[in-house]
Amino acid sequence: MKTITKLWIGLGVLIILSPLGLILPEHFKAGSAWGEWGADEMQKLVGYVPQGLKKLSELWNAPMPDYAFKGWEENGLQYLSFAYIVSAIVGIGIITLVVWGIGKLLTRKDD
Amino acid sequence: MHIPDGYLGPSTCSVLGAAILPVWAVASKNVKKTLKAKQVPMLAMGAAFSFVIMMFNVPIPGGTTGHAVGGVLVALLLGPWAACISITVALVVQALLFGDGGITAIGANCFNMAFVLPFAGYYIYKAISFNSTPDSPRRVIAAAIAGYLAINIAAACAGFEFGIQPLLYHDVSGHALYCPYGLNVALPAMLGEHLLVFGWVEALVTALVLKYLQKQAPELLYEGRT
Repeated sequence: MKTITKLWIGLGVLIILSPLGLILPEHFKAGSAWGEWGADEMQKLVGYVPQGLKKLSELWNAPMPDYAFKGWEENGLQYLSFAYIVSAIVGIGIITLVVWGIGKLLTRKDD
Repeated sequence: MHIPDGYLGPSTCSVLGAAILPVWAVASKNVKKTLKAKQVPMLAMGAAFSFVIMMFNVPIPGGTTGHAVGGVLVALLLGPWAACISITVALVVQALLFGDGGITAIGANCFNMAFVLPFAGYYIYKAISFNSTPDSPRRVIAAAIAGYLAINIAAACAGFEFGIQPLLYHDVSGHALYCPYGLNVALPAMLGEHLLVFGWVEALVTALVLKYLQKQAPELLYEGRT
């Protein structure tokens, strides 16, 4: 088997296992990553929401926030795990296209 | 380590954005010189690997979560400049599509994770594995040490960027405008969790995959340097 094929299979295994990155933190009751709190968490932590943070945090509405589908926040872990896998596939698909495009540009021989 | 929108003020974002632009320019130039068309799939693989590794959030029970970046491994295999491009693509897709890391903080996040991390990792690995054959156990140990140290250096950068915010931006009542935690909190928090937990994850990922490749795909350790 060609090496690159082996590596893509390895990547596929990682994609299928990726919901562990969702389930384990939930199981061990681990909170947000340090410095990645939402405005409501910030209110609890320091007693106020910094003004600039409030403004800027609403700047961008990602189409698949937190590797899930919009409106799925209240769904159970099995739904979120499914969304997580879909996110991994979509993300890797787009990344591959972008890198392929960059690769095309960078390997183009100048005349 | 993905700094969201609103944690860094405008001048910090601008400075780090301005710092990463020439890095991207040199990376493109260097990679253009050495990249062959058949290596493009490896570049994509590197970006995809880093992306999916960052989805594996590791919990500190009852506390916080974090993850490896996988970027040190990409740097060892493709060289630091190509790794810079790969990780940048992963980080930009994370920010735009998944809201992981802020739009205004793309410069900062790329500086920490797509520049500092792969370069630190690459040169630490080079220094330790110096003169050893591609199949030597010393390379596995070098990969582990490089992974551990590089993610900690990157975390320290992020902690520093967070920590200077209250000094730079506050209103008349003393309330912070952006990240409210100063260097005395942000730096030990970011560094501590990476020294204790996430650094080991990066070390393990880097060393295990390198060991596997030594056996299964040794040609990757000889060629493909860009």
